[in-house]
Amino acid sequence: MSWIVHNLWLVPFLPLLAAGLTALAKQRHRRFAATLAIGSMTVSFLLAVGAFAHTLGRHEDEARQVFNFPWFQFGTEWLKLGWVLDPLTAAMLVMVTFVGLLIFIYSVGYMAHDENFTRFFCFLSLFAGAMLGVVIANSLLLLFICWELVGLTSYLLIGFWYHKPSAAAAAKKAFITTRLGDVALLLGMVWLYSQTGTLLFYDNGAGCLEQSALGAMVAQTTSLGLAASTGIGLLIFAGAVGKSGQVPLHVWLPDAMEGPTPVSALIHAATMVAAGVFLVARVYPLMAARDIADVLSPSTAALQVVTWVGAITAVFAALIAVAQTDIKRILAYSTVSQLGYMMLGLGVGGVAVGMFHLITHAFFKALLFMGAGSVIHGCHEEQDIRRMGGLRKLMPVTFATYAVGMLALAGFPLLFSGFWSKDEILHAAHEWPVSCWPFYFGLFGALLTAFYMTRQVACVFFGNYRGHAAEGAAAGNHHAAKSRRHQPHESPAVMTAPLAILAAFAVVLGFLGTPAWPWFQSYLEGEAAMVDPDKLLAPGTLALMLGSALVVFAGLGLGWWLYGRRPMRHADDADGLERLHPEIFAVLRDKFYVDEFYEATVIRFNAGCAWLGDWLDRWIWGGAVLACKFITIGLSWLSRLFDEFVVNLGFDEGCRRIGNGARFTSSLQDGQTQNYLRTLALALAALLLLLTWGCKG
Amino acid sequence: MNDFPAITGLTLLPLIGGGLLLGLGADHKTLARRLALGVSALALALAVTLAVNFNPSSGGLQFVQRLSWVPGLGVDYFVGVDGLGLLMVLLTALVVPLALLASGRITERVPLYCALVLLLQAGLFGTFTAQNFFHWFLFWELSLVPAFFLIKLWGGPDRGPAATQFFVYTMVGSVAMLLSFLAIFLATGKFNFTDLAELSQTGQLDASLAAKLNWTSLSPAALKLVIFGGVFLGLAVKVPVMPFHTWLPTAYAEAPSPVTMLLTGLMSKMGVYGFLRILVPLFAAEMRAVITPLLWLAVITIVASAAAAFAQRDLKRMLAYSSINHLGYCLLGIFVAVKLTGADPKLAVEKAAVLDGVLLQMFNHGLTAATLFCFVGLLEQRSGGLRGLNDFGGVRKVAPVFAGLMGISVFASLGLPGLNGFIGEFLIFKGAFPLVTWATALAALGLLITAVFLLTLLQRVFQGPLNPKWSAFPDLTTAERWIVAPAVALMFLIGVYPQPVLHLLNATVLQFVTKLMS
Repeated sequence: MSWIVHNLWLVPFLPLLAAGLTALAKQRHRRFAATLAIGSMTVSFLLAVGAFAHTLGRHEDEARQVFNFPWFQFGTEWLKLGWVLDPLTAAMLVMVTFVGLLIFIYSVGYMAHDENFTRFFCFLSLFAGAMLGVVIANSLLLLFICWELVGLTSYLLIGFWYHKPSAAAAAKKAFITTRLGDVALLLGMVWLYSQTGTLLFYDNGAGCLEQSALGAMVAQTTSLGLAASTGIGLLIFAGAVGKSGQVPLHVWLPDAMEGPTPVSALIHAATMVAAGVFLVARVYPLMAARDIADVLSPSTAALQVVTWVGAITAVFAALIAVAQTDIKRILAYSTVSQLGYMMLGLGVGGVAVGMFHLITHAFFKALLFMGAGSVIHGCHEEQDIRRMGGLRKLMPVTFATYAVGMLALAGFPLLFSGFWSKDEILHAAHEWPVSCWPFYFGLFGALLTAFYMTRQVACVFFGNYRGHAAEGAAAGNHHAAKSRRHQPHESPAVMTAPLAILAAFAVVLGFLGTPAWPWFQSYLEGEAAMVDPDKLLAPGTLALMLGSALVVFAGLGLGWWLYGRRPMRHADDADGLERLHPEIFAVLRDKFYVDEFYEATVIRFNAGCAWLGDWLDRWIWGGAVLACKFITIGLSWLSRLFDEFVVNLGFDEGCRRIGNGARFTSSLQDGQTQNYLRTLALALAALLLLLTWGCKG
Repeated sequence: MNDFPAITGLTLLPLIGGGLLLGLGADHKTLARRLALGVSALALALAVTLAVNFNPSSGGLQFVQRLSWVPGLGVDYFVGVDGLGLLMVLLTALVVPLALLASGRITERVPLYCALVLLLQAGLFGTFTAQNFFHWFLFWELSLVPAFFLIKLWGGPDRGPAATQFFVYTMVGSVAMLLSFLAIFLATGKFNFTDLAELSQTGQLDASLAAKLNWTSLSPAALKLVIFGGVFLGLAVKVPVMPFHTWLPTAYAEAPSPVTMLLTGLMSKMGVYGFLRILVPLFAAEMRAVITPLLWLAVITIVASAAAAFAQRDLKRMLAYSSINHLGYCLLGIFVAVKLTGADPKLAVEKAAVLDGVLLQMFNHGLTAATLFCFVGLLEQRSGGLRGLNDFGGVRKVAPVFAGLMGISVFASLGLPGLNGFIGEFLIFKGAFPLVTWATALAALGLLITAVFLLTLLQRVFQGPLNPKWSAFPDLTTAERWIVAPAVALMFLIGVYPQPVLHLLNATVLQFVTKLMS
């Protein structure tokens, strides 16, 4: 085993160590915190590159190396954890460390004036460590542990500005919504454990993702008629649904934008939310496991669920994104939608298809978020796109890089990475034998993506700057001069340099996975990549590429026609779409009322349960105790009454009578001789009379 | 070490300390505090020495001391610990000094207070080490008396009714248990737990009960079920199992915070300990006979208490319900472990996991809940007795260290991986899910609701805009940091590397499993 496999733990450990040290540092040690975080991330990045290099050019059988170790013992069993180095891990490691490093650097500029700068880097490092732990884990338990820690840091960072009630509420919402999925994941995990006796993914043939364990799980049928593998797969997928913001658990992700923008870029766009997709990719063998009997069936039940959830999410979130006005919320819904694409890709095309979009998306979405951060920074913490406009000239670097990111996300043909990775998904969806609908969903989503990104860019960067007008109207005209000094400005180099680097990657990464040279796909599958330009020109592929390109152009054109042609003049103007279809726009703007629906059902139900539990306690259980108390007291009273009025009173009465009798008798013996003699005389007389009478008879 | 009567010494130490303190005048406050702390520190040292000398590869009783006491009545002085007892002794030795250190707000009759705390500790040590029902029950009741006075004399405004309810409720349970044991004694003439367990294992217990108590005109099975019911009631009140829990929220809320630490951290463990030490070895068959209702009780305890916690507006009452919820997992684990029998080796693995989880959960809950109540005490100290959920707000801004350390404890309580609570819950769920899937799946709801109300607690107290009333809220002082630091460090330690603790338990757990298989 080579050095890098043996020491892969260092990759997550270094940021964790940095987090631990920073946690002990004082608030004023800003430079120390930033240096430590960036330094540890740089070393992790270098190690990740080393790990990546190690996996290059290896064939399938030797491409995966694991290191397992015992953690603790229960009964006679040892619970083992471990890490794995395979192409999936290595690709994610490089992506996470690289994007993370850039965002760390960017944060130095973005958070420069925050008083909790030190704490911020502590949380960021903790996040990076936990996320890298998710990536290298060779055990579902280790993955789950890091997964939960990632959730914790997400909670901490969304609520970073905890004094804002909305941030505090959003943090709580994020944690609880994802925990809903995590509880299912926990159950799936313990089920998997009991089925296979191990939680290690790969363990020289004894792991739970290896053939013997999978075969056993497929053969086992539960009481609901599902194969055990399907049941476990669906429970694990529920965890992924929570983390990756898939419908119906997507509600937390847009609210998570309350956190600082670098956090949105790193956690809620590039890495953590993709962890759900990564998890499905990691347990893909389990999801795809099927019985030998139905080897001919096109797809497993678990994968079909993944596909449908992904397809629905892709369209659902894209529709909402169309009508949002907060620059970050548009991107957040876009993220949800793109995560849906990844799930769709995993469902219809396998690991390589979904993961390729994950990697390209991480770069261009981080770019977009950081660009949005730069815009927000330049516009003095303004996030409403209606109050921006015309920034193309004021912030040229941000505009140029943002445009690259936008075109990549929209899937502009040939040049941009998003085109190639989305095309892969559409291609796979087109070939999916079960149903053709996911393909149409995907196409419609692509149209919407191009449309809402055009709308956003048109509103933010084109037309005239609309920030003054709003400010002037609000604060009176004599402030107009002052607000002119508050003209948006370009961000410092520490923020724009990472943008430029990411923009470059948003372009070139696509060429690693074109149909002509599917290097990335081959790399993940442990095969050698072939250059074959003919594949690009194969009729099916070409037609599909043309079709999707047309859809993208349609979306771009539609967006430009509605928003670019005649830019908004005032912040209060009606939206282009709103003027055409106000009722549709209202539904989309209010996010299909999902939050309101949950408010009325789940949250009210929970509050009702709490009320019921409390009520039962106070009145039923507590009442029973009180009833016992009163019965006991009543019985005591009864007993007392019996004592006092029956026993005591009778006894007293008896005593009194005896006393009276005694008093009477004693009154007879008063010591007066006359009385005694009188009594004697009377008695004698009586006796005599008696005798006389008696003798006569 | 084996010749030295270590356990007797351990129990005598706080007993003597408490006795000395009782004789101390009310003015010697500092002396009393120091003396009590010294005694509890010595006890901690002794308990740690026990743990170091404990042989983890043997599941039987160790450090045994057995003297005949009243031979005619089968009463021996019989003490010893296995892994379970040792764990509880360690927990007791750990939480009592913590509670004493957190007693800064107690300023009246300090020597008496310290004396009662030490007497309570003696009662707990005695309960966790006694192997003969006679003095086990003495200690069981002995611990109740100081607890009663601690609530009654130093508690909140409603302390009178709370203390009375606590005492009477527990007493009713104890009487039921005593009657059951008298019946057993009448039938067998034995009081030693080990002897009784053996009799139960061989079936002789049932036979002698049927022979000696035939005048009750109950069938042998029904008779034993009645006896089981008495013991169950005594333990269920103590844990508590819903619906025998109504004394708990009031008692926890009215007791001063350090006493609540003792109540939740230690006294609630007496109940669970009793389940494992008495109920499972003696009445496994009866538990199996009514296992479905028992499982329902556990599930209801878990879910309903979590839901009730969410409805509370008083931090102490909220954490009190949370405490019931956490012990519900222990009960679930115990019932699940008892349910199935057979020779399947997979079954043994799951049972070992469950029982290891239960034992660890007992320890973890003791540590975490005590720490949380310690924090609530510190909050009360700063707010002048206020502890409503909505009385604070934004306190993190002025007291970041307070918020951070209490936040860690809260997350330990809701079972965040990396902290202690997770390992126990994971093991319980891991073993319970394959054995009784429906109950485990329902119990998982508790995990969710726990997160809801604990995060609400953090949100209302520490986040949001700073309540201007608390702009001068002091952060933890250095001394206070040192009080809670060991507990928080232990949470991390067990969360990251639980093996040292599990190592002490495994042999005992395996012995339980062997007995539960047939």
